[in-house]
Amino acid sequence: MSKDVILNRIRSALAHAPDAPEVPRTYRQQSQQSRDAILHEFIDIVTDYKATLIQCSPADVSTAIAKQLNTRALSSLLIPEGLPDSYTQALTGMTLVKDNNLSALELNGVDGVITACAVAIAQTGTLVLDGGAGQGRRALTLVPDYHLCVVRAGQVVGLVPEAVEALEPAMQARRPLTFISGPSATSDIELSRVEGVHGPRTLDIVLIKESVNA
Amino acid sequence: MANQHELPVVPFPVAANAPLQNAQLRKNLGKATHAIRAKRLALTAELPDWQDLREAGKRIKADVMRHLDTYLLQLEKNVIAAGGHVHWAADAADANRIALELVQATGSSEVIKVKSMTTEEIHLNDALASAGIQAIETDLAELIIQLAHEPSSHILVPAIHKNRAEIRELFIRTLGEETLSDNPAELAGAARRYLREKFLSVKVGISGANFAVADTGSVCVVESEGNGRMCTTLPDTLISIMGIEKLVPTWRDLSVFLQLLPRSSTGERMNPYTSFWTGVHDGDGPRTFHLILLDNGRTNVLKDEVGRQALHCIRCSACLNVCPVYERTGGHAYQSVYPGPIGAILSPQLKDMHAHTSLPYASSLCGACFDACPVKINIPEVLVHLRGRVVADKQASDRLSDKFAPENLVMQAAAKVFLYPHRYEQAQRLGQVAQTPFVRKGVIKHLPGPLAGWSAVRDTKAMPKESFRQWWRKREKPASKATHE
Repeated sequence: MSKDVILNRIRSALAHAPDAPEVPRTYRQQSQQSRDAILHEFIDIVTDYKATLIQCSPADVSTAIAKQLNTRALSSLLIPEGLPDSYTQALTGMTLVKDNNLSALELNGVDGVITACAVAIAQTGTLVLDGGAGQGRRALTLVPDYHLCVVRAGQVVGLVPEAVEALEPAMQARRPLTFISGPSATSDIELSRVEGVHGPRTLDIVLIKESVNA
Repeated sequence: MANQHELPVVPFPVAANAPLQNAQLRKNLGKATHAIRAKRLALTAELPDWQDLREAGKRIKADVMRHLDTYLLQLEKNVIAAGGHVHWAADAADANRIALELVQATGSSEVIKVKSMTTEEIHLNDALASAGIQAIETDLAELIIQLAHEPSSHILVPAIHKNRAEIRELFIRTLGEETLSDNPAELAGAARRYLREKFLSVKVGISGANFAVADTGSVCVVESEGNGRMCTTLPDTLISIMGIEKLVPTWRDLSVFLQLLPRSSTGERMNPYTSFWTGVHDGDGPRTFHLILLDNGRTNVLKDEVGRQALHCIRCSACLNVCPVYERTGGHAYQSVYPGPIGAILSPQLKDMHAHTSLPYASSLCGACFDACPVKINIPEVLVHLRGRVVADKQASDRLSDKFAPENLVMQAAAKVFLYPHRYEQAQRLGQVAQTPFVRKGVIKHLPGPLAGWSAVRDTKAMPKESFRQWWRKREKPASKATHE
């Protein structure tokens, strides 16, 4: 009923409207920078947004993750389905928790979460999660106060349009997407950014630098 | 509907008087808007293709408006295909009724809310409250004004008029946080403690939508704190209310707006959290999703060939932050949920020019808003156009108070006087005589009667004793005699 009312209003409002001109796609859609420069930009910008970034080689992943997690003094850590074993095999001193349909309240009792990601964006220091392997459902990276995200260097793209293109299949498959840029923050007090509100207040990123010429 | 947040609507110049006398308010606003201006400029300058992005954003929105019916139907089809429900609301009452029925069907007496201008526009919280359902605002600034029982004064940061010391006092009083300092991180911590239990237990979430993708049926919420993720992920039922203009055709189009919005609004390369969901997802997030598509006057705006560009707005608030008028009066003077330059063109059009008609005049037409707008809405052009509509409406009005409004009479008289040279010259001679009692040292400082308002803020140079025409005629005479002789 209201549907027809609204559609009729729209159609009569547009009865004499001219055709819309074509959209010029002259904005950058592909980064012209080298892979090294893109990775440097990614590192600079995530650090600027108060995430801690640790780099390691593929061989050192287990120890790099374990070392970083030890500095955070967590007693329990969530492990999403499909996370590579190498990410967690060197962990000691904390309970590893699997997501067996945990309630929000139960998630709130876990100290942190470790995940992979789908894509990362250098230009904006963004991690994108699409619920794929090793990323878990959305609540896992939201309720615990600590998030460690493992990024493979090959997942880092230069520009936002490149990430959007890479995510097209996930979008068409109707998967939920979350773009994460730094720990949760607010600009609501005097319009200045303060880190740490409802989402994880600490965000660590482990960047696996794959051998450059491989 | 009775509304505690609705102020009685008076003309903007009257409403602006009180805030202009409030030194603390002006200091708070000045500090916040200047800080954000610098950040926005630095970050937009970072992108060599900023102007290309603005142009693309403008054209995408123009295309959306041109084919709005098609895109809305496409969105509806795709949301339903992904397991969501779609409702159409012609006006605020319609939307509130639908939302209320949906909440009541869940049996919940509480809802957690993501900050949403659209739900403020329709006064959803009051509609829910009148049926005994409490809406809990979870955005920090929304929480602040909800606790303070004040209306919003800014699109992005509704509590921009409050400084940290005022927020600290409010939290001590209302949240019982007695040991709180005015450190913003500590204030944010207090909000986290207060809301956490609500996030984990309330079964219904309500959000607006920053964007929806027609092509995929996806809805997007852009935020910073994580409260948006909480409200759209943890509850069993999610209800999103979006204005019909918030569409983009394709996922690819979002790559433009995901660059334009955060840099323009909070001066960030990217805001901390942006969420997309498409209907419902098995094992992840709410089990029921409702999307309410709201008109509430948007089709009035769409009718106006010049004014319809106001619908392109992505609610970044850059125009508020650069506006010299907003900076001094603050948002409450506009008496609309949409204040500032965008509010001045959107609010009266949403009401089909039956309300907020003083807002198109609440501008110096300096054009800073146009320069700042990420989708290039020509706000000064629309302001002038709407002033024209206000005057034309008055001239066409049957109400004597409009027909015989002094400004209207004066302008019509002026039009007649300017039509013929002899009338113009007679008026000049009349003016030269009539001004005499008011001229002091060549300047008019005070005028009588209804003109007192004009002279109160302006010194006007007196008309010269001799006009150019009079002088020209005198000087021509000997010359023309010479030619004839």
